[in-house]
Amino acid sequence: MFDNLSGRLQDVFGDLRSKGRLSESDIDAAMREIRLALLEADVNFKVVKGFVARAKEQAFTSEVLDSLTPAQNVIKIVLDELTSLLGSESVGLKLSSRVPNVIMLVGLQGSGKTTAAAKLAWRLKKDGHQPLLAACDIYRPAAADQLETLGKEIDVRVYRGDGKNAVSIAQEAVRDAIDNLRDVVIVDTAGRLHIDDEMMAEAKAIRDAVRPEQIIMVVDAMTGQDVVTVVQAFNEQVDFDGVIMSKMDGDARGGGALSIREMTGKPIIFTSEGEKPSSLEAFHPDRMAKRILGMGDMLTLIEKAQAAADAQIEQAEAQRIARAELTFDDFIMINRQVRKIGGISSLLKALPGGDAALAGGKVDENMLDRMEVIINSMTAKERTKPTLLNGSRRARIAAGAGVQVFDVNQLVKQFEETRKMMKKMGFGAEMLSKKTKRPKKGKKGKQGKQSKQLRAVPTLGGLGGGLSGSAGGGLGALGKAGKGGLLGKGAGSTGLGKMSAADLRNIEDLLK
Amino acid sequence: MSWLDKLSEGLTRTRERFNEQLNVILDRTPALDDDFWDDLEETLITSDFGAPATLQIIDQLQDSARRLALPDARAVLNRMAQTIAGMFTQAENDLFALPQVCVLFVGINGSGKTTTVGKLAKEASDNGRRVLLGSADTFRAAAIEQLDIWAKRANVEVVKRERGADPASVSYEVIERAEASNANCILIDTAGRLHTSDDLMRELEKVVAVTRKRAIQWQTGTKTNNETLEVNEIDAQTSNDLAVKTVLVIDATTGQNGLQQAREFNSRLDLDGVIITKLDGTAKGGIAVAISHELKIPVLRIGVGEKIDDLRPFNALDFSTALIEFS
Ligand SMILES: Nc1nc2c(ncn2[C@@H]2O[C@H](COP(=O)(O)OP(=O)(O)OP(=O)(O)O)[C@@H](O)[C@H]2O)c(=O)[nH]1
Ligand SMILES: [Mg+2]
Repeated sequence: MFDNLSGRLQDVFGDLRSKGRLSESDIDAAMREIRLALLEADVNFKVVKGFVARAKEQAFTSEVLDSLTPAQNVIKIVLDELTSLLGSESVGLKLSSRVPNVIMLVGLQGSGKTTAAAKLAWRLKKDGHQPLLAACDIYRPAAADQLETLGKEIDVRVYRGDGKNAVSIAQEAVRDAIDNLRDVVIVDTAGRLHIDDEMMAEAKAIRDAVRPEQIIMVVDAMTGQDVVTVVQAFNEQVDFDGVIMSKMDGDARGGGALSIREMTGKPIIFTSEGEKPSSLEAFHPDRMAKRILGMGDMLTLIEKAQAAADAQIEQAEAQRIARAELTFDDFIMINRQVRKIGGISSLLKALPGGDAALAGGKVDENMLDRMEVIINSMTAKERTKPTLLNGSRRARIAAGAGVQVFDVNQLVKQFEETRKMMKKMGFGAEMLSKKTKRPKKGKKGKQGKQSKQLRAVPTLGGLGGGLSGSAGGGLGALGKAGKGGLLGKGAGSTGLGKMSAADLRNIEDLLK
Repeated sequence: MSWLDKLSEGLTRTRERFNEQLNVILDRTPALDDDFWDDLEETLITSDFGAPATLQIIDQLQDSARRLALPDARAVLNRMAQTIAGMFTQAENDLFALPQVCVLFVGINGSGKTTTVGKLAKEASDNGRRVLLGSADTFRAAAIEQLDIWAKRANVEVVKRERGADPASVSYEVIERAEASNANCILIDTAGRLHTSDDLMRELEKVVAVTRKRAIQWQTGTKTNNETLEVNEIDAQTSNDLAVKTVLVIDATTGQNGLQQAREFNSRLDLDGVIITKLDGTAKGGIAVAISHELKIPVLRIGVGEKIDDLRPFNALDFSTALIEFS
C-alpha cells in the first residue's frame, strides 16, 4: 500500500513547480505520508512522532523550500536523519582477551536465537576462533536437540549438560570450553517474555554466573509496535550490548531497528538473512534506512537528488546574497572565485569597459589576500553578523591578523559599501525572483534559467564592492565602472546584468 | 470458570496495558475533542492495528458519534468494542469440530505452529476426537523430536519420517495412516518459512495439493481394525470426503508485515483461518484484525502461553471487549 514513499511524495508535490515554492501545507502533507510510511514499517509510534517533528523542522529550510525537486529533497532529509539515528557506522562484536569469551543470546520466544547462535558460531569459526555452543534452553521441547544438530552441521562442539538447570549448564559449558580449548562460548537461552519475572530472573542468573563479554538480544525484524516495550524491559533487566535482527530475508521493513536504537541506544550488530549458517551479515544503517522507507530500488533517485541538492545550495546562496544578506564568508568566497579566474585584472579585462578602467588605475592584486587574512581572524559569528564588529572586536581582529585597526576599519567600510551596492542590485534581483514566482504554467524551464542568472550577479557585485573602496581613487573609479555595467544597460551588447553562470564560465575558459 | 474468564485471565496483561492507555484518555478528556481522537488513534496504532485499519475504525466511530449523538468519550469507547469486533470475519462453524478434518498449520519461522498443534491435539482429544498428528517439518533441526514430545504430552499418535524426507509424502502417509487407524482429526505441522521464499512456498503448495488430492479418496472405516469404533459411526463417515483446511499461525507481536505474510500464504494456499499466538505478552495482536478483515478468514483460537492448556477459543466481541474492558 505504501510501497513507494517516493512516488507518494512526488504526488504530494505534484504541481509544485507551478507553485514555485513549497508551502507549509505542502510540507504537512509530505509529513503525513512520511508518518504513514514509518508506521507501516513498524517504527514505534513515539519514535515516529519525534522523528517527524525533527524532519519537518529541517524541511522548512530554504534548501527545500526553494528547491526544484522538493520530493527528493524531503526524502533525502528523512533518509539522512534515519541513517544517523540508526548509527552512522556498523558496530562489530566486542570480545576481550579472556579465554573463553562468553556471548549470551536472549530474546522472546520464536525470535530466532538458536539459529542465530549457530550462525554466530559459524562466523567466529571462520574468523579463526574455536567456538562452543551451550544449550541453556531447558524448556522448549527438543531445543537442545536442535542446537546439537546445528552444531554437528557446522562442526562446532555443543555442550548440553543434564538439561535441567540453565545456570549450571552455562557454567559447565565454560569449563568444558577450557578443557577442550575453545575460546568463545555462545550461550543459547530459552525464549522468554519480558514480563515473566521468573524467567527474567533466570536470564540474570545466567549472566551473573558466566559474566558474558557480550549479551546480544535477538529481535525478529517483523516485530510490531510492542518491540519498544520488549527491548526496554530486556535492556533494564539484563542490559544487553547489541542486537541481531533476525528474519531479514523477509520483506518486513524492520522499523523496530530504529525504535531499538532510539529507545535504548543499543546498536544493531548483525542482521540474520536466511537459513544458511553463513547468512549473518554486518548491519548497514544506510541500507536499513532505505528499507524502512520502502525504497531499496530508489538509489538512483537519491543520487540524483543529492546532485540537485548541491546545485541548489549554490542557488540558495545566490538568492541570499541577492537579498543583500552579504556576509564576510561570502566575501571570501567571492575573492576565491575571482582568484580562480585569474585575479582582478584578468576579470576586469574581460568585462565590457574593463580595459579602459584598468588603464585608469593600478590594481592591487594582494588586496584580496589581505582581506582574507583579516576575515580569517574573525569569529564565525562576526563573519555572518558584521554589525557585531565594535571597537574592541576590531582591535582583537587586527592583532590576530597582524594588521592595524585602520586596515580592519577599511575592510569593514568596503564591506558596507558592497552591501549597499548589493542592496541596489538586489532590488533588480528581487524583480527577477518575483517574476519567477509567477511563471506561466507549462514553462517549467524558465525558473531554472533565471536562477542561473541570479547566481552570476552577486559574484560581480561582490567584486565591484571589493574594488570600489579598496586602494584609493583609482580603484574606486574601477568600482564605479563595474557598478555602471551592472546596474545600467551595460557597456557591451549583453550587459552585465544579464550575465549568466554560463557566460562567466566562458570568461573563465577565455582566461585559461 | 467460564471460558470468558479464562480468556480474560490469559489476556490480563494485554488488557491491562490497553486499558492503561484508554484510562489516560478518559481521565484527560471526557469530551470528544481532537485530542481524544488523536489519543484513540495512538492507542490503536500502538496495538498494531495498522494505519489503514485505524483510520477506518476512527472514521466509523466519528460517524457513529455524530449519528447517534454519543454524549461522551465513554460512550464512544463502548461503541469501539463493537466496531472492532465487526471488522473480524466470523467463523461459520468450528473447523476443528468438522466430522472428518485434516488441518495443516503454516506460518513464519517461530510463530508457534508446533506448540499450537500440541495444544490442539490435547483439546481435540479431550473433546473425544480421534487425533493423529503429522510432522511435515522435515527441514528444521529437531522439529520432529519437538512434535513427538507434544504428541506424548497430548497422548496422541504421530506420523513421522526422517529429517530431510519429502514433506508432501509425509502428509500423504499421515492420511493413509488416519484411514487405517480411523482418526478423524488430523493435525499436520509444517516447517516455518518466509512468505518471500518462492521455493519454500511452492513446496508448501505441493504439500497442500497432495493432501487435498489424497483426501478425495478418503475412505475411513473401510480398512478399519479399530475395535473401539462404533459401527454406526463408521457408516456415518464412510461416504464423506476428508475436509482439508489450512490455518495460518501468527505471532501477536507481528507488526504490519503480518498482513503481507497472510496475503501471500492465502494466495498460495487459500487459508481457512488464523490462530494468534503469544497473546500472554504485551503485544495486542491488532494485525489480526486487518488480516481477518481483508482476507475474510476467521480467527480460530488464540495462544496464551507455552503450556498445553494455554489455548483459548476466539470470539470477536469478547476479544474486543476484553481488550477495552469498560466496566
Ligand atoms: N509465551 C508464549 N510462547 C509461545 C506461544 N506459542 C508458542 N510459544 C513459544 O514460541 C516458541 C516457538 O514455538 P514453536 O511452536 O516452536 O514455533 P514454530 O512455528 O513451530 O517454529 P518453527 O517450526 O521453528 O518455524 C517456543 O518457544 C514456544 O514455546 C504462546 O502462545 N505464548
Ligand atoms: Mg515447528
